[in-house]
Amino acid sequence: MNSSIASRFKGRDVISVLDFSKEDIEYLFKLTDHYLSNGYKEVLRGKVMAVAFFEPSTRTRLSFEAAMSRLGGSVIGFSSEEGTSVAKGEKFIDTIRMLDSYADVIVVRHRYEGSAKLAAEVAEHPVINAGDGRNEHPTQALLDLYTIYRLRGDVSSLVIGLIGDLKYARVVNSFLYILTIFKPKKVYLISHPLLRLREDVRRFIESRNVKVEEVFDINEVLSELDVLYVTRIQKERFPDPLEYEKVKNAYRVTAEITKRCKDDLIILHPLPRVDELDRSLDSTKHAVYFKQASFGVPLRAALLTLILGGVEGVYT
Amino acid sequence: MSIRELIVSKIKDGTVIDHIPAGKAFEVLKVLGITGKEGIRIAVVVNVESSKLGRKDIVKIENRFLSKEETDIVALIAPTATINIVRNFEVVEKRKVSIPKYISKLIKCPNKTCITRHEGIETTFETLDSSLRVRCIYCGIELSYSEFIDLILKELSKS
Repeated sequence: MNSSIASRFKGRDVISVLDFSKEDIEYLFKLTDHYLSNGYKEVLRGKVMAVAFFEPSTRTRLSFEAAMSRLGGSVIGFSSEEGTSVAKGEKFIDTIRMLDSYADVIVVRHRYEGSAKLAAEVAEHPVINAGDGRNEHPTQALLDLYTIYRLRGDVSSLVIGLIGDLKYARVVNSFLYILTIFKPKKVYLISHPLLRLREDVRRFIESRNVKVEEVFDINEVLSELDVLYVTRIQKERFPDPLEYEKVKNAYRVTAEITKRCKDDLIILHPLPRVDELDRSLDSTKHAVYFKQASFGVPLRAALLTLILGGVEGVYT
Repeated sequence: MSIRELIVSKIKDGTVIDHIPAGKAFEVLKVLGITGKEGIRIAVVVNVESSKLGRKDIVKIENRFLSKEETDIVALIAPTATINIVRNFEVVEKRKVSIPKYISKLIKCPNKTCITRHEGIETTFETLDSSLRVRCIYCGIELSYSEFIDLILKELSKS
């Protein structure tokens, strides 16, 4: 256990994946490895995690809850605005203040960008961003990168392609931000012209010396890819339904690609999927997205352990 | 009395903003929130010769001593501007404007899904030196300096 890194985690907020250094993330991954190899210990007994999910979620919320339970802690919270005082018009910051007095850590998801940062300013306890509008989803990016690290090792030698809704998907922003820390060999951005990556995100990743190229057809680059990251079109974030109609069937990844891809290509998807990732891929060796989702529990358990200061108990 | 002295006669006490790029003086006043209704004397000199800039504007504000925080916002419009604080006809402080790291209170975030728009709180913009842009510290939306200034001027013209 490296106590100086552990102390950097204790009590910290997780708002953006850019809050972390490479050293921090590697340390987190080692603890995730440890949980996968040795199982969990109840190092967070007596601790309470509040989940404040103002937007729907399956994997993120349940994996946080499962992680907290595995570590001996307990969970309070809600998974939609219905049935809470938010439905009566309570302000977001008032809800956060209340949860702050009940819990040791708050995991928040909200449809508006900046909500997690605001929550962290209001709350005394640490806040973890579980997705804020179109902005970021840092724990998803940690889990995505962990999947690559676990299955393919050193990221710096890999060519990574992102395909899909690069404009509205917050997981894309956070994944690209974390890649600026780990610097893959090259990143291809594969999208319909209407779903191109936001200019400011692209400018940022280029400023951090990541080699990026934009293409509109996966076939142009398929044979080069070591990792293909597929995302769903974020229907709920389109300001104009007509814009969504234009792109809703813009891409679909099927088992057809396995005829021309590298033998060891891995395909990731943050899930849920709709039609963009064909089920014909599920039985291929390339599909790792369910394994990726399964890593959500140990990864988030490692993060909670570190934030809530339980790491000493893990290794004793 | 020369023509130059006539145009830019000295003030006893106050702030002189010199080396404003030609044609920008009125925007500078606007961004400082000075409307002319404050009851103080203000001289605006536009398009005068300048050895440094070719042509420049000058603004003189009597009996008001602008702080560094107040004048740094001017740097977004007039990065070449210099601020002279005058007391009893003497320049007692001379400073350059510098783009502030953070800018608050001037405008709402233009992103309709920024949390600040829904919680009724002020946002803060961080200036990104490398790209001449600003970024909302909450939602992360970026604006160029000119987009940002346009929004500020629009907001100020409402009040």
